[in-house]
Amino acid sequence: MTDLLDKAGSQTHETSTNDRMVVRFAGDSGDGIQLLGSETAKATALSGHDLITLPDFPAEIRAPVGTTYGVSAYQIQFGGPEILTSGDAADVLVAFNPAALKTNLNTVRRGGLLIVDKGSLTKRGLEKAGYDADPTEDGSLAGYRVMLIDVTGLTAIAVAATGVGKKQAGRAKNFWALGLVFWMFGHDRTATRNWIEARFKATPDIAAANIAALDAGHAYGETAEIGADIAFRAAPAVRPPGLYRTVTGTDAMAIGLSAVAACSGLKVTYCTYPITPASALLHALAKLRGHGVVTFQAEDEIAAVCAAVGASYAGGLGVTASSGPGIALKAEALGLAVAAELPLIAVDVQRAGPSTGMPTKAEQGDLTMAVHGRHGEAPACVMAPATPSDCFDTVIEAARIATTHMTPVIILSDAYIANAAEPWRVPDADALPDITPAFRTDPENFQPFLRDPDTLSRPWVRPGTEDMIHRIGGLERSSDTGHISYDPANHQQMTDLRQRKIERIADAVAPAAIEEGPDAGDILIVGWGSTYGPLKSAARRVRQRGHAVAHLHLRLLWPLPRGLEEIFSRFRRIVVAEMNSGQLLELIRAQLLTPAEGLNQVTGQPFRAGDVEAHLLRLLED
Amino acid sequence: MDTVTLTPADFTTDQEVRWCPGCGDYAILKGVRKALAELGRMPKDVVFVSGIGCAARFPYYMDTYGFHTIHGRAAAVGTGVKLANPDLDVYVVGGDGDFLSIGGNHLLHVLRRNVDVNLLLLNNAIYGLTKGQASPTSIIGTRSASTPAGSADQPVNAALLALGSGARFVARTVDTMQDHLPEMVKRAHAHKGASLLEIYQNCIVYNDDAWGGLHEKKSAREMTIRAEHGQPLTFGPDGEHGLHFLPETGTFEIVDTAEAADRITVHNERNFTLATALARLPHPMALGVLYCDPAEDFTAAWEHRTPYRPMNRDDLQTLMTGENTWVVG
Repeated sequence: MTDLLDKAGSQTHETSTNDRMVVRFAGDSGDGIQLLGSETAKATALSGHDLITLPDFPAEIRAPVGTTYGVSAYQIQFGGPEILTSGDAADVLVAFNPAALKTNLNTVRRGGLLIVDKGSLTKRGLEKAGYDADPTEDGSLAGYRVMLIDVTGLTAIAVAATGVGKKQAGRAKNFWALGLVFWMFGHDRTATRNWIEARFKATPDIAAANIAALDAGHAYGETAEIGADIAFRAAPAVRPPGLYRTVTGTDAMAIGLSAVAACSGLKVTYCTYPITPASALLHALAKLRGHGVVTFQAEDEIAAVCAAVGASYAGGLGVTASSGPGIALKAEALGLAVAAELPLIAVDVQRAGPSTGMPTKAEQGDLTMAVHGRHGEAPACVMAPATPSDCFDTVIEAARIATTHMTPVIILSDAYIANAAEPWRVPDADALPDITPAFRTDPENFQPFLRDPDTLSRPWVRPGTEDMIHRIGGLERSSDTGHISYDPANHQQMTDLRQRKIERIADAVAPAAIEEGPDAGDILIVGWGSTYGPLKSAARRVRQRGHAVAHLHLRLLWPLPRGLEEIFSRFRRIVVAEMNSGQLLELIRAQLLTPAEGLNQVTGQPFRAGDVEAHLLRLLED
Repeated sequence: MDTVTLTPADFTTDQEVRWCPGCGDYAILKGVRKALAELGRMPKDVVFVSGIGCAARFPYYMDTYGFHTIHGRAAAVGTGVKLANPDLDVYVVGGDGDFLSIGGNHLLHVLRRNVDVNLLLLNNAIYGLTKGQASPTSIIGTRSASTPAGSADQPVNAALLALGSGARFVARTVDTMQDHLPEMVKRAHAHKGASLLEIYQNCIVYNDDAWGGLHEKKSAREMTIRAEHGQPLTFGPDGEHGLHFLPETGTFEIVDTAEAADRITVHNERNFTLATALARLPHPMALGVLYCDPAEDFTAAWEHRTPYRPMNRDDLQTLMTGENTWVVG
């Protein structure tokens, strides 16, 4: 295994080309940085560019103003023809205070542009950030282009006419910066103006102040002599024709669950307990106000999963979601769903662990828990979305598998996928295939655990169905009558059946396939989940240097898809890259006896394509 | 709602009952079957959900839909059943360990949410299935496998806990009181919302005479009082004693019925203060419906805030499209 952490800071950055741009905003967590970022993403998308974002914020809601640990950041890479990652290094950093500059400077490429709010460079601000001297004056920013703008002061002037107080004026500075950024990149302000008007409908003076700030920032770019070379026009995206919007992973997962409701007719029953970063999904679904999906905020993680199990038992589709610590609490009830053979979807928005870890940072540390983390022999299906928009397809497929195979399906998302945004081609709702749960209503020869010969799944019966009364539970049951059974041979048989049932899921989904690259060659880089973009990008770059390197991405993690062994046999080296210490690597080695090697990073940050590229190049020299 | 004429046999499964001979659970099973037969709800529309413990085996013996789940969580599972299908009649059955120890949090919340489930708490003040450890309702000094020198922990008062949790229906009965138990089950069922019915029960193996004389017909009349709405609070073999509520202290004075009939407090199920005072009473132990003050139940409360309606594909298209879109080529 190789750990990238020790080389952080010295990596070969993804270099900026003239068709794309990486912009990073950083400021106090109360400065509205995430809003600034998401509005930029929206305007960028509407301007026809491809993009991927990286929200990067602390767990603290409002840490003390001006401190380094209270800094919130948002990075976006945009341009064309195709953007795969949020960018290894920023071309432009907009820093709203000294702490933001200090903590984010290492994310900017050498020669990059620093836009710093001059009004924030006060003695106290510098002290809070731990600067002994003003970095804009002591030469420590040599090698960067520095643009000092008094954003705070100019915003105050811009909003003066709207009559808002000093506090509100201070809050509008993110919109001033947004205006400047929009000017730099030629983005249209209309969507943001509309958003402001809708958001601050009840407080028209604040709406007016924010719009005035937005327009003033834009006008500053046009009129002030700040150099036309600052303005940049990225290349347009090259995408299949269609209607597009941007989605975060959270948006796509929520819309996907709505699609499950529409395509299946099932009452999707979403039961959860607040936890970062999974709560955003509850908020998104709660907005539906009972349309297709009902939401239930339970008293704890265990109650949440148990209510979901109860909902599935009653003929709805129970869904629960959490992050690592909460999923750990749900383990016993997931075992019940395995034993009772009920459909269930459990979404794990993974975050850095163990324990509370780093709640807002991404990690892939829960794979082993998802596959094996239950008492007894309790196999379940495990899947992972590759990108934010892929959450839509993944959750629909999870619902299909759960209801067809009568099993819990665990979806491993992560903090990065949940929060990052990208363009998404809006599907045609009528073209989405039906999900047709086969509720059994025929009492002829009915036994609750007699199985479908193909899928080995047991029948799903809604309580209330005539002549089908039966009881299920966690106690081992006879393979034919379903009655409690402690018979040794029966337990062996049921254990085998539960295992084989899960294995057969692999027959129902697409076999493994190379994502991109040659069919055979020197290195196959294998990944899952949110590493999709960086790994694909890295493999591409290495191929551009003439090497036979391919990329394979797993969406189904348990059971492993068919055909992996054969593909692996065609490559000299198999590199499994993960944001953990080698959990998929272990699975692959154990299941397939493939002498794969790991590329591992556990920093709470996504892989940088440049780091992966450098690693692959080193391996190719071996 | 389909109702038909039913008998206890209609609720009896073909499963051999596996409780210890002499267990109070047999009497409870009998009384519950009788009550359900009298209620007349079709067995197919009834679900028994349970956790773990002796009491939690209940669903296997009821010829209704049944789900034997995991320790302490039956109330949460039952909540999920109601979320997906509010039309089902849901009974949640568990013991004192299941409801008050490992599942204490879920009991609190199912009550405060007023989920329309009937919670049957089979309280024998001991862990039976795990072979006799002190439970959260064991009296101080209970000698058990885990407390050879006697237990030291204060027992929890389930009815008081329920009232404090916001329960709108709290009742008590005794396993062997077959003239009372079915009636209490029916009252619990009639209450729309969460109903807690605590059933004092004997464990012949690990905690025999668990409630000190409560199971002897004669002593029970001296030890207990059956509260009935609108009736004076009298007890004793011939109703010769009565309770007079003292608002200054929140306690009762025991009076002689013959001498002071006019001073005997009349039970009012909607009187929360009276209910808490009765729930606290060590002697006589108050049985019957201590408190019943209906309020909007969980399903109705959410249904009027966020009414569930299925999503069709047109709605889905609107949702997927959202507000900010652009067209490529």
